Amino acid sequence: MNLPGKRSGYRRILYALLPLAGPICFVCIWWAVTHLLAGSTPMAAYFAPEKTWQAALRLLGNGVLAGHTLDSLRRVFAGLGLALLFGIPTGLLLGNSRLFERSANLFFQLLRMVSPLSWMPLAIIVLGIGDAPVYFLLGFAGVWPIILNVAAGVAALDLKWLKLAKSMAATKAEILFHIVFPGIMDHILTGIRLSIGIIWIVLVPAEMLGVQAGLGYFILDSRDRMEYGDLVATILYIGILGAAIDYAARRLRSKWLRYA
Amino acid sequence: MSSAVNKNPEERSSQADTTAPVLQVAHVSLRYPENNEYVFRDVSLAVYEREVVALLGESGCGKSSLINLAGGLLASSAGHVAFRGKKIQTTPPEVAVVFQDACLLPWLTVYGNVDFALRLRSLRVPADERKERVRAALREVGLEDAAHRYPAQLSGGMAQRVALARSLARRAELLLLDEPFSSLDAITRGAMQEQLLGIARKYRSSVLIVTHDMDEGLMLADRLILMAKDHGETRLREWNLRAVFGGAGADRRRNAQRNRRSSVFMDLREDIAADLAAGTAARPGDAGE
Ligand SMILES: Nc1ncnc2c1ncn2[C@@H]1O[C@H](COP(=O)(O)OP(=O)(O)OP(=O)(O)O)[C@@H](O)[C@H]1O
Ligand SMILES: [Mg+2]
Repeated sequence: MNLPGKRSGYRRILYALLPLAGPICFVCIWWAVTHLLAGSTPMAAYFAPEKTWQAALRLLGNGVLAGHTLDSLRRVFAGLGLALLFGIPTGLLLGNSRLFERSANLFFQLLRMVSPLSWMPLAIIVLGIGDAPVYFLLGFAGVWPIILNVAAGVAALDLKWLKLAKSMAATKAEILFHIVFPGIMDHILTGIRLSIGIIWIVLVPAEMLGVQAGLGYFILDSRDRMEYGDLVATILYIGILGAAIDYAARRLRSKWLRYA
Repeated sequence: MSSAVNKNPEERSSQADTTAPVLQVAHVSLRYPENNEYVFRDVSLAVYEREVVALLGESGCGKSSLINLAGGLLASSAGHVAFRGKKIQTTPPEVAVVFQDACLLPWLTVYGNVDFALRLRSLRVPADERKERVRAALREVGLEDAAHRYPAQLSGGMAQRVALARSLARRAELLLLDEPFSSLDAITRGAMQEQLLGIARKYRSSVLIVTHDMDEGLMLADRLILMAKDHGETRLREWNLRAVFGGAGADRRRNAQRNRRSSVFMDLREDIAADLAAGTAARPGDAGE
């Protein structure tokens, strides 16, 4: 194998375009399958790439998708906020106290394994219909990676930093904000990235229950309107947007880690 | 402040004898919980007002442990540590410690690391004064140009100088320094020694400095303490260098340098070296330094 740096100009361009190979193959197969099936099942024609493309252009042009995106993003960040609000203190406690770790660990493992969506009926009974139960579900789904990463970060804190702070007569709060938080920031950002990933996945089904806007809602809405082009376009859009958010979270982390 | 700085050194030293020591380590024993053996037992030493005390001893004899203990960062198994006559459990804000490894915070720049030492509530340095003090400290250790680098981009010697700057910027009454010059080249080391003495004089600080290097001890210190194991028991022996070389403060280093080839100096050096060797006689290897 040649090293990327040694490639000739032509091959280097090919190499740079390689990530597009997957999507292009996908579209080809998609096109072939929908057109082959169109003969036997007329329904398949609705799902063809060109229909989706037209739908996508229309939805992006008239701002319908943008509106639903804003609703979804608001929920994602509210969920993430809740996850951080509860996850960071819990993680700090878990990382600092052996007693707490031992008493809470089993329970957390158990809770973590319950699909967040199972709480939906309960959440609606308690919080009512609307955004509140969705925030709760997303927060609940996203809190685990935060807790686990913060606890791991605390356990991995370099003790000499703490000693340094003590040698400067730092207060508890100063140690927390000047040593512990920056010291575990790498872990927190990893937790945030994983948390967003989970929240993004839970978001769509959560929005299919009891809310009137958002990308998940719009998928079901498209089905009900029998606009299958809209439906497929939204699915792809969710994938692209999710990847973009994940990329942003990764960039955030490497930006913080620029000192290393 | 300036009048006090310009006081006659003799006057200061005679004054020091009457006041309580800045640092008093009284009959301390230390054992790490994970070990069975004591690192040392019943060790006492004192650092008086504006005195520079050098602590020498072979590797592993417990110098760093003693510094941590003196700074209130380790709890002793017996005995106590007092700062200006008051027993301490934690580091008082008037004490600055330089650890054996530079201990820089990797997410802060060189500037940020020095600034960190002044931001804490224990000192309450106002923001504009902080800026000036950080700049000054970096200038003193010759690292103004590296202010915006991160610790990962520094050499060992540079990191060590940042750690020194961080402590000097605190303008502490007592400096506890654990081999602060160990990874510096001879020329930089000389300059840093000069800076240290100058700053200690300017801010009327007392200094307890650990060193591997006997000549460094002789050059810097008013008093030199040798820490050695004798049949498993730690023993301290001290030499009063001021009595030997005369002079103090500004001329100390120059005096010591001038005296390097004098017979008094050579005799003293030999005496200390012999003592160091006696302590390590049971073990093979080089006794000096
Ligand atoms: N955190 C620790 N836990 C357990 N034992 C320790 C710890 N730190 C030091 N020791 C032990 O205490 C003894 C003294 O160590 P210390 O670091 O004080 O020696 P030192 O005189 O500073 O040596 P050096 O000149 O090499 O720096 C050593 O035997 C060491 O193994
Ligand atoms: Mg040491």
